[in-house]
Amino acid sequence: MSPIVKKKGERFTLPSKYVLLILTAVCVSLMVITFNTDFSGGPLRDVVGVVIVPFENGVSAAGGYLKTRSEQLAQIRDLLAENEALQSQIDELTIENTTLQQERYELTYLRDLYALDSEYEDYEKIGARIIAKDSGNWFSSFVINKGTNDGLAVDMNVLAAGGLVGRIEEIGPNWARVLGIISDNSNVSAMVLSSSDHMIVSGNLSTYAKGVIDFSQLVDSDDVVEGDKIVTSNISDKYLPGILIGYISTISNDSNNLTKSGFITPAVDFEHLEEVLVITRQKNIPAEATGQVEEETASEE
Amino acid sequence: MNVKRFVFSAVTIIFSFILQSCVFTRLSFGGIIPNLLIIITASFGFMRGEGSGITIGFISGLLCDIFSGSVLGFYALLYMCIGYVNGKFARIFYPMELRLPLLAILGSDFTYGMVCYILLFLLRGRFAIGYYFLHIIVPEMVYTILVTIVYYPLILLINTRLEKDEQRSAKKFV
Repeated sequence: MSPIVKKKGERFTLPSKYVLLILTAVCVSLMVITFNTDFSGGPLRDVVGVVIVPFENGVSAAGGYLKTRSEQLAQIRDLLAENEALQSQIDELTIENTTLQQERYELTYLRDLYALDSEYEDYEKIGARIIAKDSGNWFSSFVINKGTNDGLAVDMNVLAAGGLVGRIEEIGPNWARVLGIISDNSNVSAMVLSSSDHMIVSGNLSTYAKGVIDFSQLVDSDDVVEGDKIVTSNISDKYLPGILIGYISTISNDSNNLTKSGFITPAVDFEHLEEVLVITRQKNIPAEATGQVEEETASEE
Repeated sequence: MNVKRFVFSAVTIIFSFILQSCVFTRLSFGGIIPNLLIIITASFGFMRGEGSGITIGFISGLLCDIFSGSVLGFYALLYMCIGYVNGKFARIFYPMELRLPLLAILGSDFTYGMVCYILLFLLRGRFAIGYYFLHIIVPEMVYTILVTIVYYPLILLINTRLEKDEQRSAKKFV
């Protein structure tokens, strides 16, 4: 009798250490394959799309319902008081609104005049709901309830409340995993809005406990100060330019006296994210993008 | 493996994974969620032996890989090894005894935390081990062990029922 296959009655069983060995080899080869090629799951992603995601959808819908119910009950009293205060505020705001509307007309007129893009209002966006978070405590990614069936693709940018949340890292037919910019393994090429100095914004698990993430490699001429707006840079190959990331909270010289680094307060509140917007335009669509740039430069001339 | 046992294992894995990634993310304390997959991997290991530990660990880990890992296979390998080591304790496991399960799960979660730190953080130059130990690993262990006290007896109960069923049907055919 061979040592590998023991006979137990009429059933053949493989000793568990051989199973362990085989599966270890499977895991290691999977790691090597996914690390070195574009392969990331293939049919596995479709399987989880059928087996796991529907449950997650249901649970998160139920959870959202219960949460809003309990919040409703708790907040009714506060709301009554708040309502009164808000009523008076409405009167003030109506007056303010009329003046602002007049200014808006002026603004659109001026923008047309200067042929300015009205930031990222023009990007086409799709709303999605967060149905699950990262199952561990080490990284900050989450799963949304839309996927390739809804026209999403890997590397599309994800926004919430006007700021950058992250990008799609992995996708299935009806789900997509978004890697947050606060995640420890995320790096974003960014720039200071006022001076266009480039930098790298990286998520950091330990500093995010204090509500900030890192930035580094900033080369500037002493004109960047705390509170400056940080947006995605125009040289990034994954992120569309000009999306708000956050504001500089502290800045200091590196020991090499050439670059600066410090902390950024993200514009998005990652603790209370429920819904996000996915921009369906991607950074590198060469034909379209270069065509537009050429048109713009032509019209400027 | 009979049908009942297969259904029980599959349902436990899916239920635990969804509980962990959808429900406990809303019940997190200071952003820390308990690790239910470690609980089931370890429990199946010492309740059913090395083979079950490996299978459950592999599938749980693969789910983690798909939904949160950057390379496929990392968590699968880690959970699988944890399941295998816990399977070694099957010989000294008695259903009425609670110390072994608690210690095994605590040890498994500690190992999981340390391996994650060393391979995913230390190798990228994050050296503040004290911080990660006190703010991630230990809180996760504490929360996991608190959840174990409620979750583990349920698994144990269903497992003993199934074992009784199996013994009864085995006797019938003798």
